[in-house]
Amino acid sequence: MKHVLESVESQFEMFQILNENGEIINKDDMPDLSDEDLKELMRRMVYTRILDQRSIALNRQGRLGFYAPTAGQEASQLGSQFALEKEDFILPGYRDVPQLIWHGLPLYQAFLFSRGHFHGNQMPEGVNALSPQIIIGAQYVQTAGVALGMKKRGKKSVAVTYTGDGGTSQGDFYEGINFAGAYKAPALFFVQNNYFAISVPVEKQTNAKTLAQKAVAAGIEGVQVDGMDVLAVYAATKHARERAINGEGPMLIETLTYRYGPHTMAGDDPTRYRTEDLDNEWEKKDPLVRFRTFLESKDLWSEEEENKVIEQAKDDIKKQSRKPMSIRNKRLPTLSEICLKNFQ
Amino acid sequence: MAQMTMIQAITDAMRTELKNDENVLVFGEDVGQNGGVFRATEGLQDEFGEERVFDTPLAESGIGGLSIGLALQGYRPVPEIQFFGFVYEVMDSINGQMARMRYRSGGTHTSPITIRSPFGGGVHTPELHADSLEGLIAQQPGIKVVIPSTPYDAKGLLISSIRDNDPVLFLEHMKLYRSFRGEVPEEEYTIDLSKADVKREGKDVTLIAYGAMVHASLKAAEEMEKDGINAEVIDLRTVSPIDIDTIVESVKKTNRVVVVQEAQRQAGVAANVVAEIQERAILHLEAPVLRVTAPDTVYSFSAAEEVWLPNHKDIIEKVNQVLNF
Repeated sequence: MKHVLESVESQFEMFQILNENGEIINKDDMPDLSDEDLKELMRRMVYTRILDQRSIALNRQGRLGFYAPTAGQEASQLGSQFALEKEDFILPGYRDVPQLIWHGLPLYQAFLFSRGHFHGNQMPEGVNALSPQIIIGAQYVQTAGVALGMKKRGKKSVAVTYTGDGGTSQGDFYEGINFAGAYKAPALFFVQNNYFAISVPVEKQTNAKTLAQKAVAAGIEGVQVDGMDVLAVYAATKHARERAINGEGPMLIETLTYRYGPHTMAGDDPTRYRTEDLDNEWEKKDPLVRFRTFLESKDLWSEEEENKVIEQAKDDIKKQSRKPMSIRNKRLPTLSEICLKNFQ
Repeated sequence: MAQMTMIQAITDAMRTELKNDENVLVFGEDVGQNGGVFRATEGLQDEFGEERVFDTPLAESGIGGLSIGLALQGYRPVPEIQFFGFVYEVMDSINGQMARMRYRSGGTHTSPITIRSPFGGGVHTPELHADSLEGLIAQQPGIKVVIPSTPYDAKGLLISSIRDNDPVLFLEHMKLYRSFRGEVPEEEYTIDLSKADVKREGKDVTLIAYGAMVHASLKAAEEMEKDGINAEVIDLRTVSPIDIDTIVESVKKTNRVVVVQEAQRQAGVAANVVAEIQERAILHLEAPVLRVTAPDTVYSFSAAEEVWLPNHKDIIEKVNQVLNF
């Protein structure tokens, strides 16, 4: 009898392009991105970091509702979305609002989602996405269906979903990747492993050394990626998307990342389950700092440029947050008001 | 007109809609070459191909999620849950997801999904096959719950369900699958998903039932007729929404009501019907509205299910109570 666990596990190595010092260590996999694309990636990460800070502030002032902080996960969230096309369909978890925004959800609607207003859930025409899923794992089984539908329609697009490390313990996680595998459906399953499912550390979540290896059981490809390295996340996503569209089936992508903030703004206190040392260790890997160092080494970024993005973000947020804040009307829209309009 | 069993009528409805609308997809465990464990999808894969009629992996939640995703791509899925006792594995997809899709997306998405599933007692199944769990879904707004009692209704209601732009749970009582034949038109027709059917007119008492209990009620009515008791029998056909208008109209005529369900007594469809009657027609009642139900226990082991399940004698007993109040 042959035991294979150790040898299978040891084959899952973290895919990386930029090291913590912002140096390219993997030239072969360097994605083909123009200077303008590289700068755009940085702009988006800076913008989203500011959005996170402002959202936390607005929440503390009682001006936003449900909010799950995103700082630390920008490379994982935005590097993956950057590799998508407009026709790809995103099924996000509740921390994945940034991907929705960059996929086309207007900022004021993101604020409305946070405030529990139905208009925040209404994706505009042409924005291929659902609003964030609350039931962890439900988006995985639905993604298999969207992907199978795309395959049946002969579309050259993919269905993309996100969960966290805790999500991989759900039955729906296995059912989703297994269904997509069985139908060779064009699906990209992201696991943003930030090491804590609210407070439960990933070591207590599973005996698996990597979450990417869970792909093996479903007979699909899995890869573990440095989720603080935006180029690695982008390259892995691009690769997974291309093979999915070529009919080679779905892929599971584990991104190793960290959320600096609490689980949500509803009273979670990370000091109860994380040490300051661990926080500091991860901040050294910061996706923005690392990518900035890389861009500066290529003369593509400056403090001036960064300040411009920060001011732009602050200005947008100020303007776009005004509208949702002024909606005082708590009248419930009736089902017929919402529903009859589009479908009867 | 053809004589069909209920299962033949169900197959006929699916064939009709597979022909009518290329977006209709039929899938589930064993529904492909095997034609389903009850042969409801017999021959459909051969006729429409594996793209339209196909097997799924053995996972109910996966089937539910697959349906929602396919609906997001413009399909009209008709998944089968092999036995409704397995619904607990797919509760989130049904009540948590597809039923809420239209509302949570602010009307930008919907889930035109028809979940077919066999249920019902009297055919000696193992545990968690026969349970009447319609109440679990009837409590959830956003999904309709349809339970036919005849081959004619089965075809018309299933076609309506598949064409409905919201999710429908279509429950098929196993005891009715092949126990009798009825006239079913070969052409297509629909039946309104919000209309009860007066199966038998009467003036002394109203029996309200659905599924197999419609037949128990009709049998009770026939026996009571011999004693000069003239019972009206209403088949709800959809237990969500419930056609209260038809019920109230009947109550105004007979002034006495017995509600019959195969499910256990607590928190069920019958309790809801009783509540609606007392809210809308209490001054027309000559006696309390009584219920005939299964006892409030876990569904019986099959060896004892004939004792456990309600039958026409239980109905006659309750009718006598409301008549002699």
